[in-house]
Amino acid sequence: MKRVNAVVIGAGAAGGIVAKELSVAGLSVVLLERGPWYTASDCRKDDLRNQRTTMLGNAFGPADEGNPRVSVDASGAMRTWLPSEGGYQNNAACVGGGTLSYGAQAWRYMPQDFRMRSTYGAPAGSSLEDWPITYDDLEPFYEKAEYEIGVSGDYSGTPFHGPRRHPLPMPPLAPNREFYILEPAAKRLGLHPFHIPMARNSVPYNGRGPCMRCRWCVGFACEVDAKNGSQNTVIPTALASGNCELRTECMAKEVLTDDRGRARGVAYFDASGHLQEQPCDVVVVSACAIESARLLLNSKSRLFPNGIGNRYDMVGRNLQGHHYTGAVGFFDYDTYDDVGPGGSIAISDYNHGTSGLCGGGMLANEFIRLPIHMIDRLPSASPRWGLGHKQAMRAAYKRNIQVFGPTQQIPTADARVTLDPTVRDKWGMPVARISGNVHPHTFDIGEVQAQRAQAWLKEAGAITTVKLSNKATGVSAGQHQAGTCRMGNDPKGSVVDRNCRIHDVDNVFVIDGSVHVNNGGFNPVLTIMAVAYMASASLVQSWKGTGLKS
Amino acid sequence: MKGKRGILARRDFMIATAAAGTAVLSGCFSSHNGGWENLADADAATLKAVCDQIIPADGFPSASEAGVLTYIDRQLTRHYRRHRKAYAAGLEQADRISREHFGAGLESVTTQQQMAVVSALETQNSGFFNLVREHTLEGYYGSPRHGGNRDAVSWRMLGLDEPPLRGRAQYDLRKGSPS
Ligand SMILES: Cc1cc2nc3c(=O)[nH]c(=O)nc-3n(C[C@H](O)[C@H](O)[C@H](O)COP(=O)(O)OP(=O)(O)OC[C@H]3O[C@@H](n4cnc5c(N)ncnc54)[C@H](O)[C@@H]3O)c2cc1C
Ligand code: SF4
Repeated sequence: MKRVNAVVIGAGAAGGIVAKELSVAGLSVVLLERGPWYTASDCRKDDLRNQRTTMLGNAFGPADEGNPRVSVDASGAMRTWLPSEGGYQNNAACVGGGTLSYGAQAWRYMPQDFRMRSTYGAPAGSSLEDWPITYDDLEPFYEKAEYEIGVSGDYSGTPFHGPRRHPLPMPPLAPNREFYILEPAAKRLGLHPFHIPMARNSVPYNGRGPCMRCRWCVGFACEVDAKNGSQNTVIPTALASGNCELRTECMAKEVLTDDRGRARGVAYFDASGHLQEQPCDVVVVSACAIESARLLLNSKSRLFPNGIGNRYDMVGRNLQGHHYTGAVGFFDYDTYDDVGPGGSIAISDYNHGTSGLCGGGMLANEFIRLPIHMIDRLPSASPRWGLGHKQAMRAAYKRNIQVFGPTQQIPTADARVTLDPTVRDKWGMPVARISGNVHPHTFDIGEVQAQRAQAWLKEAGAITTVKLSNKATGVSAGQHQAGTCRMGNDPKGSVVDRNCRIHDVDNVFVIDGSVHVNNGGFNPVLTIMAVAYMASASLVQSWKGTGLKS
Repeated sequence: MKGKRGILARRDFMIATAAAGTAVLSGCFSSHNGGWENLADADAATLKAVCDQIIPADGFPSASEAGVLTYIDRQLTRHYRRHRKAYAAGLEQADRISREHFGAGLESVTTQQQMAVVSALETQNSGFFNLVREHTLEGYYGSPRHGGNRDAVSWRMLGLDEPPLRGRAQYDLRKGSPS
């Protein structure tokens, strides 16, 4: 196979950006993606089979057959999971990765999120750390992500965000009914409500039209292509450069190394299951936090007996995501207006600054709840079945508001991805095994956040509220998975350096949610994108200076 | 209209049971190829009783009237193949509880007695009960394409527009004076 300059593994949020930045800079790139490229005609809106509600399977991968994972709970009990089951901790497997079907909330973390240890100190037993980069380092790249991917919204209602040089490129969508109910209530409480930043066209942008406000957004692809992911922005640009070849349904197996300990290529199974080797000068792993760790651990050789980048047993550790906490409020009038995407209003007053808590989290109203989402979210006294349940569904469906948020996680080194010693996928590769949990202080923060959501809903006129504080006994590292190849200056305490380069292999990079030192009190994708732009810029710079060509 | 649909669905069900899967049925019997894909007829009768306790008819159709049996039957040959054993055992248990307490199979005892049996099932075999509850609610409130929620009946019941009016439902067009 003809040698190329770079192989990028995974065409998701980060991988799409890296492929675009490298190919536009003139490097020849092969972009490997294990899933297919879906088009608008595949976007069918199925309440039981999408990327968020998956009882009948994942709409956008992986398929249930041949792709298991294993988890180990606190008692040591082991379980094998299908990709459509919660314990699998899935994101997606297709061109665009999670960004084809995500909710598209596009948050910047706050300056303190990069300085967690300095701000709060690390709780005993946690692995809370500072990032080796600051908000200010990342700010230009946040902006680049907001403009290239396309983000709508309006931060002007809140002082609680990092400094920005420019406003968002698009105004927010017009408010829905929940916005109008929650906004004055928040203001009465002295809070600062504002429009959620969303990677969604509110006006024509980037050659595509605006959102038509349907009922089926989060978990679904957009039939009018108004939701902005890597599949309809950076990946087409990469392909148009003439320097990038996208190979779909190609599963990377391992990073191949030479006898000097440098990467020489990538082995992968092509669409017909044949093992191929793609030689290259640089390898970029962007397979999402769990699969990136698995791929490095599976890349064993004489010089890297425990997997590449894993000299100090750091690959796979500090796995985190977000435990969501919040509350449901029930009203005595219709709060539902059937205007998608539903999520519209947020507060970030509570992300930092509460004494006794290491951080907090953003709170926002939920995306549209499909009827199936309400079956177990009814007022506490509702029967679970029978006429009473049916009546409660009728009474509550259009009359509730849900306020939730991603609680800042306090990571631990024990929450981790390893390779399962026995279970293999359909290609014969050891699968990811997930164990451990985040630090219990995470749940203290979550409890306070749930009470705050409840207070906001009460102020807005909810007759009853149900608090949902989450005391999960395992990690919540599905859609928001991060942390497994931590970025740091110390090669013994991290996997990659501030440029996302593996400490002891100068031509292998990990660029995706894996490198997050902590995951902020916000949905992670815009930070993943900003880091991808930043790391790509430094990679291109080293390429030009040429340390990377072999 | 609503009532008529309900009656029709019930009568079709009885015909199906009588025909014991041999005849090709005409009309709108819930399973599209004229019989169940997976369920034995006796199990279908028990399952119908269970599902209709989980979602009984009121002004709106019951689970089976909305096609929930079709949903479950189809998925037992597709995504829920792995639950077939649980269904066979759970339905058998429900029928046995009914025979022990009320001297007849679940499909032929009174509604009150069916409710008692399903409550007993909930405590004695919560694993199966939770499964069938979940599947019944999925069939009823999920997308019509899977055979349940026929004509989007549950969505209409909840006050959703069908077909959806894509962003227009925010306006109450009945407001204001006629002019
Ligand atoms: C329903 C849903 C809603 C979400 N909503 C939001 C939101 O509102 N806001 C937000 O910030 N985030 C949201 N997310 C999360 C967001 O999508 C992820 O944070 C983001 O996509 C992660 O980026 P990534 O580059 O790390 O990985 P991904 O985007 O997952 O990309 C990784 C890609 O690598 C591919 N891959 C994996 N292994 C291999 C291999 N061995 N060989 C080849 N290819 C491989 C995968 O198929 C995948 O396409 C949501 C996700 C989902 C599923
Ligand atoms: S709500 Fe808007 S962006 Fe989301 S899928 Fe519907 S039309 Fe597309």
